[in-house]
Amino acid sequence: MASTEDNAGTPLLSVEDLRVYFHGDDTVSRAVDGIDFTVGPRETVCLVGESGCGKTVSALAVLGLIPTPPGRIVSGRIVFAGTDLAKMEEEELRKIRGNRIAMVFQEPLTSLNPVFTIEDQISEAIRIHHPMSEEALRRRCVELLGDVGISSPEDRLSDYPHQLSGGQRQRVMIAMALACDPELIIADEPTTALDVTVQSQILMLFSSIQLRRSMSILYITHDLGVVAGVADRVYVMYAGIIVEQAGTVQLFGSAKHPYTQGLLASLPSRSRRGQRLYSIPGSVPNPARKPSGCPFHPRCGHAIASCRTEYPPMCDYGQGHFARCPVLFESAGRKVPR
Amino acid sequence: MKDRPNTETPILQVSGLKKYFPVRRGFFQRISGWIHAVDGVDLSVPPGETLGLVGESGCGKSTVARTVLRLLDPEAGSIRFDGEEISDLTEAELKPVRRKMQIVFQDPYGSLNPRMTVGQSIAEGLRAFGIRSAAKRQSRTAELLEMVGLSADSAERFPHEFSGGQRQRVGIARALSVEPELVICDEPISALDVSIQAQIINLLKDLQERLGLSYLFISHDLNVVGYLCDRVAVMYAGKIMEEAPAMALFEDPRHPYTRKLLSAIPEPDPSRKSRAAEALQGEPEAEPRPEAAPEGCPFLSACEDRDASCEHLEDALYPVAEGHLVRCPKASGKVDSA
Ligand SMILES: Nc1ncnc2c1ncn2[C@@H]1O[C@H](COP(=O)(O)OP(=O)(O)OP(=O)(O)O)[C@@H](O)[C@H]1O
Ligand SMILES: Nc1ncnc2c1ncn2[C@@H]1O[C@H](COP(=O)(O)OP(=O)(O)O)[C@@H](O)[C@H]1O
Ligand code: SF4
Ligand SMILES: [Mg+2]
Ligand SMILES: [Mg+2]
Repeated sequence: MASTEDNAGTPLLSVEDLRVYFHGDDTVSRAVDGIDFTVGPRETVCLVGESGCGKTVSALAVLGLIPTPPGRIVSGRIVFAGTDLAKMEEEELRKIRGNRIAMVFQEPLTSLNPVFTIEDQISEAIRIHHPMSEEALRRRCVELLGDVGISSPEDRLSDYPHQLSGGQRQRVMIAMALACDPELIIADEPTTALDVTVQSQILMLFSSIQLRRSMSILYITHDLGVVAGVADRVYVMYAGIIVEQAGTVQLFGSAKHPYTQGLLASLPSRSRRGQRLYSIPGSVPNPARKPSGCPFHPRCGHAIASCRTEYPPMCDYGQGHFARCPVLFESAGRKVPR
Repeated sequence: MKDRPNTETPILQVSGLKKYFPVRRGFFQRISGWIHAVDGVDLSVPPGETLGLVGESGCGKSTVARTVLRLLDPEAGSIRFDGEEISDLTEAELKPVRRKMQIVFQDPYGSLNPRMTVGQSIAEGLRAFGIRSAAKRQSRTAELLEMVGLSADSAERFPHEFSGGQRQRVGIARALSVEPELVICDEPISALDVSIQAQIINLLKDLQERLGLSYLFISHDLNVVGYLCDRVAVMYAGKIMEEAPAMALFEDPRHPYTRKLLSAIPEPDPSRKSRAAEALQGEPEAEPRPEAAPEGCPFLSACEDRDASCEHLEDALYPVAEGHLVRCPKASGKVDSA
């Protein structure tokens, strides 16, 4: 497991005060509204939150892929291995994207080109950044397919995407992401379309690849079960901000933000049989009409008057555990930073 | 046949159910084989209870649902609804039965007509149910919407104006409009966010208590099944591999496939990376291939406990405890493990 010291050193990726807004006809949708996160060397970090909270937009911003217009990076530094990607020209970014930072998306069938073979697609991913002989390319393809657990890879080279199962297609996507030996993989809901057994195989695959190559993973999901299965550290997003960050075991063991607590309490499980499931009242706010102060206040059972007006500071519980709720911080007998 | 504490006539009793789909190949689209999507399934849902049907993608769960509703015609087998054999009824004879069996789908958006208001969608069912007066239909629609936690004025709105969770409520209201006895839920919450899932699960439980509904609950999510279901049937490649009371299935799973499925439930586990390394070593892609009509156990090629006897298996479920059945003589102790 990546140790916290690794991360205390120089993170591989460090995102500071990132804001991404989308401009509509007469509305501004603050999709990502001032987030900070880091990914250390060899670390798997999860960004978790419900649909629309800004996970994908955060990932696209790191990759310089925000559609502009309507989107715009309003502020923020995105420091990758010492350089600020937010300041980089598109041409330079292209050398990093797919090469030093790779990505895997949710639906492998739409991301794979249906009319090219598996070999064509993996070769292409390598060739863009590292030209080499046809023979070397083929050897590399076979090696990569083997690495991602595809049996008899030689026979699979000439297959088309539709000839593979959902799980195999996602393995091919991961092979393509690994093609250039990236330092960071950003995976946006890569197992959401897969069923439990295939999902757990893919999660295992990520962990084992990481062991063999020294690599960091930013893993995006809305599924707390997946977080439990894959993450070293977790950031919980709500309405465009990060409300809690912690090591995985700490987050599941002693969540400090009312939203995280609510999510965990609403998970069905055998041990809750016969009890009514908790459900967080209300619904996720529209990003164009976000509540003032703490964006969670209309749904929060702990809210006090100041929650409606004051943006809550990040409160430090020690050992890398932070939560953006001064009310619970104070009731734990701690002094809120000013 | 099966030992079960509930001796009332089951609301749904399926036995020996088979549904095959043709595989067509070549220019003339000749039938070159058959997919055994459902291959001799026995199920029974006692009144007022919930039977969970679990298994990985493509194993035949939705085909069971559609065949039971007679949306597909079975190749063989018996389907008894409330004691009455319905597998050979004509369309006209089916009409009164259809009202008592309803289905709720995974994708509430795809299953609602986008050009009809929610009120019109629900009223359609009421008309089919024989409620002739428009005023009566209107007041019943309002009642149904309120029953599923939506305001009565939602009737005027169109499906796209609702969130995913709200659309799922509309789907449930529509299913309830004809006062069914059995509701088949095919992945009813898989497409929803965590905090919404809890609301829908609570709703399903409340409605069961108030209306005495029986559910056939199809899901990938073993945590939900463990929370909600009284009994669980595990399906693999068109066959039921194990059926048991929910607690027995989770605490004392007997079939090797059930054990594999349960081990795929993710949990927070800091030692996962060390285990990941071993797990990947040459793991074959084990996916059910319903096309190959097997003589032996369908799970044979992926099973760690197999021996020569598994290649010639009687097509039977063996009792291992009260109401607990397993399709594996070794797991049931019927065969001396040599
Ligand atoms: N209309 C059809 N024509 C041909 N094959 C079909 C048809 N419907 C289903 N099948 C096949 O039957 C098998 C079972 O499909 P089914 O939809 O019942 O799976 P499932 O268990 O519901 O899967 P999921 O969890 O992905 O919903 C699959 O191999 C599928 O490809
Ligand atoms: N191209 C776009 N144009 C306008 N709004 C967008 C666009 N992409 C995303 N958004 C908005 O930004 C918010 C965050 O979206 P996203 O990051 O995709 O959420 P998720 O957390 O589900 O990945 C949402 O409200 C979404 O509607
Ligand atoms: S800051 Fe206030 S509203 Fe926000 S989570 Fe804490 S108590 Fe609730
Ligand atoms: Mg997304
Ligand atoms: Mg299905």
